[in-house]
Amino acid sequence: MSNSTPMANTGKTWIGQPVDRVDGALKVTGQAVYAYEHRADDPVAYGYILGAGIARGRISAIDTAQAEAMPGVLRVMTHKNAPAQPAFGPAVTPAVREVFTRPRPVLSTDRVRYYDEPVALVVAETFEAARGAAGLIAIEYEDERGAYDLSRHLADAYAPQRTNAGFQTDSLVGDFEAAFADSDVKVDTIYTTPYEHHNPMEPHATLAAWSGDEVTIYTSAQTLANFQAGIANTLQIPPDEVHLVSRFIGGGFGSKLIVHADTILAALAARELQRPVKIALTRQQMFANAGHRAKMIQSVRLSADRDGKLTGIAHDVCSATSRFEEFCEQTAVFARSLYAAPNRITRHRLVGLDTNRGEWMRSPGEAPGMLAFECAMDELADQIGNDPIELRIRNEPEVDPERNVPFSTRNLVACMQEGARRFGWEQRQAKPGTVREGRKLIGLGMAAAIRPNYLGASAARIGIDGNGRVKVELDMTDIGTGTYTILAQIAATSLGLPLSAIDVQLGDSHFPRTAGSGGSWGAASAGSAVHNACEALKQKIAKVAQEVRGSPFFGLNLDGTEFRNGEIRIGDRSENLANLIKRVAPQGLDARGAVEAAGENYRNYSQHAYGAHFVEIEVDMDTAEIRIRRMLSVIGAGRILNPKTARSQIIGGMVWGIGAALMEESVLDPRYGHFVNHDLAEYHVPVNADVPDLDVVFLEEPDSNANVFGSKGIGELGVCGAGAAVANAIFNATGVRVREFPITLDKVLPGLPIQISRANRS
Amino acid sequence: MKPFTYQRAGELREALAGAAGTPSAKFISGGTNLLDLMKLEIERPAHLVDINHLPFSGIEETAEGGLRIGAQVRNSTLAADPRIRSDYPVLAQALLAGASAQIRNKASTGGNLLQRTRCYYFYDRNMPCNKRKPGSGCAALHGFNRMHAVLGSSEACIAVHPSDMAVAMTVLDASVETIDTERVTRQIPIGDLHRLPGTTPDIETPLKLGEMITAVILPPVQPGRHIYRKVRDRASYAFALVSVAAIVDVAGETITGARFALGGVAAKPWRTPEAEAILLGEKVSTEVFQRAAEIALANAIGRGGNDFKIPLAKRTIQHALAVASQRG
Ligand SMILES: Cc1cc2nc3c(=O)[nH]c(=O)nc-3n(C[C@H](O)[C@H](O)[C@H](O)COP(=O)(O)OP(=O)(O)OC[C@H]3O[C@@H](n4cnc5c(N)ncnc54)[C@H](O)[C@@H]3O)c2cc1C
Ligand code: SF4
Repeated sequence: MSNSTPMANTGKTWIGQPVDRVDGALKVTGQAVYAYEHRADDPVAYGYILGAGIARGRISAIDTAQAEAMPGVLRVMTHKNAPAQPAFGPAVTPAVREVFTRPRPVLSTDRVRYYDEPVALVVAETFEAARGAAGLIAIEYEDERGAYDLSRHLADAYAPQRTNAGFQTDSLVGDFEAAFADSDVKVDTIYTTPYEHHNPMEPHATLAAWSGDEVTIYTSAQTLANFQAGIANTLQIPPDEVHLVSRFIGGGFGSKLIVHADTILAALAARELQRPVKIALTRQQMFANAGHRAKMIQSVRLSADRDGKLTGIAHDVCSATSRFEEFCEQTAVFARSLYAAPNRITRHRLVGLDTNRGEWMRSPGEAPGMLAFECAMDELADQIGNDPIELRIRNEPEVDPERNVPFSTRNLVACMQEGARRFGWEQRQAKPGTVREGRKLIGLGMAAAIRPNYLGASAARIGIDGNGRVKVELDMTDIGTGTYTILAQIAATSLGLPLSAIDVQLGDSHFPRTAGSGGSWGAASAGSAVHNACEALKQKIAKVAQEVRGSPFFGLNLDGTEFRNGEIRIGDRSENLANLIKRVAPQGLDARGAVEAAGENYRNYSQHAYGAHFVEIEVDMDTAEIRIRRMLSVIGAGRILNPKTARSQIIGGMVWGIGAALMEESVLDPRYGHFVNHDLAEYHVPVNADVPDLDVVFLEEPDSNANVFGSKGIGELGVCGAGAAVANAIFNATGVRVREFPITLDKVLPGLPIQISRANRS
Repeated sequence: MKPFTYQRAGELREALAGAAGTPSAKFISGGTNLLDLMKLEIERPAHLVDINHLPFSGIEETAEGGLRIGAQVRNSTLAADPRIRSDYPVLAQALLAGASAQIRNKASTGGNLLQRTRCYYFYDRNMPCNKRKPGSGCAALHGFNRMHAVLGSSEACIAVHPSDMAVAMTVLDASVETIDTERVTRQIPIGDLHRLPGTTPDIETPLKLGEMITAVILPPVQPGRHIYRKVRDRASYAFALVSVAAIVDVAGETITGARFALGGVAAKPWRTPEAEAILLGEKVSTEVFQRAAEIALANAIGRGGNDFKIPLAKRTIQHALAVASQRG
C-alpha cells in the first residue's frame, strides 16, 4: 500500500456546492445555545460590572457598604478585595504571540487607565439585584488630566517595534522623496479614519463554573487557545484546568480573540463564591471594554508619469493607541503588495493616549488603509484624466513589488474587467457632478480589494462508528461564518459520505487545537486539518479492511482504494462503508490530522485574495443625503468552498464598507476621554434600507500554493476597499472629495450647488 | 436599575390614585423610552403605573369634525388608520419615518409626546447635564453637539426633542388632553406642551406630577398638500437631523394656505408664524420659499458641531414647500 497517495473520492463532491448551513435549523429554532444562555448544575449567580467614571486617575475612596446591604447581593469585588493577579506588564510584549496569552488582570489596582474600565463587580442572586446594587457604590477619584486627542498629540508620535501580526513598521524601497520632488503629476493627500467598534450582535458574555480545581468557561470566543492561555495566566492555574466551551458565537469580528473582563471576573467570582457566575457586558460597556479600531491620520503621496504609471508610493499612517498596551494596526502593509512603483515608503507611527487598547477589527490594516489609499488612487485618476480601472491596470506588478517573490495567483485585473463589464462601468461620466436624475446626483465608483491569505497550525480528530456515522472534533469556532457547514462538506467529500452522516463538533477546548476564527484563516486551517484527519482515517479503514479476516478486502492490495457514494471500493470489490466498519471494527475507528502553519509556499510566494468593488450612489441635491443604489464585488479568492456561505461573507464585508464610508464613527470626547455615542441608537451601522441590491461574483482560480483546497480566505476581503468605492462614487456624483471618514451629509452639503429645489409647477 | 413597585391599572381611577400615592411614580406605556432610561438610572421612579390597559386606544371623530386619538393608540396603528392616511397624511408619514416597526408597535401616542431627548450626555450619568442634574452644567454645549438644537436653546441646555410624530401634530395644530390626580381635565395646545430650556431644562412640560395624557385632538382637515421630509444619517432607524412637516394649499399660482413645522432643531417642534404669514397670497416661487426659510432660521445659533443644521434646515424647508405646492 502506498501510504502517501490520497485515497480518492471520485463520487459526489460537496466542496464547492451552495450547501445550506448545517446549523441553520438550530439557530432559527433557538436551539443553538450561546454563552449567556448556558445553564449550570448549581444555581447561577449574576455579576454586573461597574465602570470608571473617569478616563485617567486613581480611585481615592470606594464605599460598597450600601451595595453590600442590598437584598440578594452575594459579593462586591473591588481592587481592595479582589484575588491577587499578576501585574499587567509592559505595553509591548516581547513576542507577538504573547499579546494573545498575557495575563489580563481586572480590579487589581486603584489606577484607572481608561473610561469605563471595571472598578467593581457586584454578584447577586439576580441580574437586576446586581445592577441595582452597582448603582449604590460610591467612588471618589483623583482625576488626572489625560491625553485623548490624537490630533493634539501628534508631536508625541513614535515608531513602534513592529505592527500587529509582526510586520515591519516601515518599508523603504528606492528613493521616494526624490521621485516625488521630480514628478509633475502628484497626489499629496491626508485622510482621517475614525474610531470604530465591532458591535457583534452577541455581547461578550461568560458563565464560569468550578468543579474542584477545574473551571469550565462558557463564553463567546473566536479562538479557544488564546482564551485558555489568557485565563490560565491571569488566574495563575495550569491551562489544562481551564475548560472552554464556545459552540455558538453571535459574531466576533476580531473583538473576541482575547479574554475580556467578563471572563476573568466570572472565573474569579465563581471561585470565591463556590458557585457558577454569569457576566455579560452591556452594549454601552462594549464601547469601552471590548476593543475598537483606533483613529488614524493617513498621508498618501503618489507620483506618476503623464500616463499614470506610478513612480512613487508613500503611505504614512499615524494611529492612536493605548498608553498601557500598544496596538499598531498594519494599515499601510497592504500597500507593499498592491501596485508597482520603483520608489516606495510605508510607515506606521503611534500616539499613546489614555484609552483602552485597540483590537483586531475585521480586515485589520486593509479596512482603514484602503479607505485612504484607494481614494488617493481615484484622486490621481481624476487628476490625469485616466479611467480608474485603466490606472490600476497600468500599475499592475509582475511580482510582489517589495518582496520580489512571485504571486501565487492574482487576478485583480480580471476582477476589475469582469466587474466593469457586468456593472456597466462604461456609463460612468469621468467629469464629476454631471449625472442627474430628478433631485438626485448620480455617481459610479470603484476600488480594488486585497487581503493576505493565511494558514494556521490546526489539528482535528475524526471517528467513524459502526453505523457509519462520522464525528469530527476540533476546537475551531463558528462565529456565524459557516464553519460547521464547510467542515462537514470537507469531511463528506473526503469520505464519500452524505453530508447527513457527518457530525461536526466545534468550540470545546477538550478537542484538538486549531488556529480558531480570525484573519480569514479559519476555513483553510481547520479545513486542512479535517481533510488530513479524513485521509488518515481512510488509510486506517483500508488497512483494517485488508487485515481483518472476514473482510471482503482481506489480503487485497490497497492501491486505488476509493471512498465514494457511501462505499469503499478496492479493485472490483466494493462494500457499504457502515457495513464494513460494523464487521471489521465494530467499536469504530478514529484518526487525527493536522496542518502546520504557513510554510514554504508562503515564503516563496506572495499570497493574497483580490477583488474589485463597484458602487452606484445617489446624493440628494437638497439635503446631501447619500444612498447606495447598487453594489457589485467581483472576488478572486481561489476555489470557493461553498458559494452560499462565501457570498454571505462578502456581502457582510460590503455592508461593512458602506458603514465605514458613510456612518460608522465612535466619537471620543477629548475632554473626558469617553466614547460619546456608545449605543446602537447613535453609533450607526447600515440598516436594511441602506443596503440595496448587492451582487457578488466569484472568479475562481484554485491556488495550489495556498492549501490543499486551493482556497483563500474570504471573511475579510469584502470589507477591503469597499468603503473607498463608495467614497469614489460620491466624488463622481458630486465633485466633493471628503477626506474625513465617515462621509456624513454635513461634510458634503457645503460642496453642493447652492441652487436648490425649484418651485415647479409640473 | 433601582428597584421599583409595579401596578397594572385597569381603570383610570386606579391609575390616578397610584400616581398620587408616590411622588416619584411614573406612568409606563410602551416603555420603549422609559425602560432604557431606568436601566441607566436616568429615570429612577419608585413606582410604575402601567397604563397600557386603560381604555384610551380608540380613534374617534370629534363633534368639530376632527379626530380624537387615545393616548394608548400605538404609533403603528395610528399610521395605518385610513382616516389619518387620507386626511392627515403628514402625520402618517411622520410616524412611519420614526424608529423601527418593532418600536412603533409598542410606542404609544402619549409616550411618544413625552419621550425624552437623545442627547448623549444626558444618557451618561458621569457627564455634567443640567437636564438630568440641575446646576451640573451642559456637557454638550462645548462638546459633541452634532444632533443638538439651533433654535430656542440656551446656554443651560441645547437638547432637541426627538419625536417625529409631534412635529406633524404641531403643523396640524393639535391639542393634548390631560387629566390630573384631582380628575381635572384640560386641553393644552401642542405648541405649549414642550417648554424651551431657559435656565430650567429639567422642567420639560407644564404637566403636573401625576397628570396623564388621555388623548390628542386633531382639528378638522385643512386643505392643502401634506409632506413630511425627514433628513437623517441613514435611510431608516435614525433620529432626524432636521425634519419639516409642511402643508401648502394653492389656488392657481397663488398660495392660499401654508404652514410648516421643524423637527430636530429645538427642544420642541418649531413653528414660525411670521414665515408662514409671508407665504400667504404670494405666487409660488423659489424666492418666496427661500424668504420663508430665511425667516424661520433667522434666530438660529449653531454650537459648532450642529452648525450645518442651519443651512440644512433652510434647504429642507424650501424643498418641502416646493413639493407641497406641486399640483397635478
Ligand atoms: C432605537 C430607537 C430609535 C427611535 N427612533 C425614533 C425616531 O426616529 N423618531 C421618533 O419620533 N421616535 C423614535 N424613537 C422613540 C420612540 O418613538 C419612543 O420611545 C416612543 O414613542 C415612546 O413611547 P412609549 O409608549 O414607549 O413611551 P414610554 O417609554 O412608556 O414613556 C415615555 C414617557 O412618557 C410618559 N408617559 C407615557 N404615556 C403617558 C401618558 N399617557 N400620560 C403621561 N405620561 C405618559 C412615561 O412616564 C415616560 O416618562 C426611537 C426609540 C428608540 C429606542
Ligand atoms: S444639552 Fe441638555 S440634555 Fe444635553 S447635556 Fe446639555 S443640559 Fe444635558
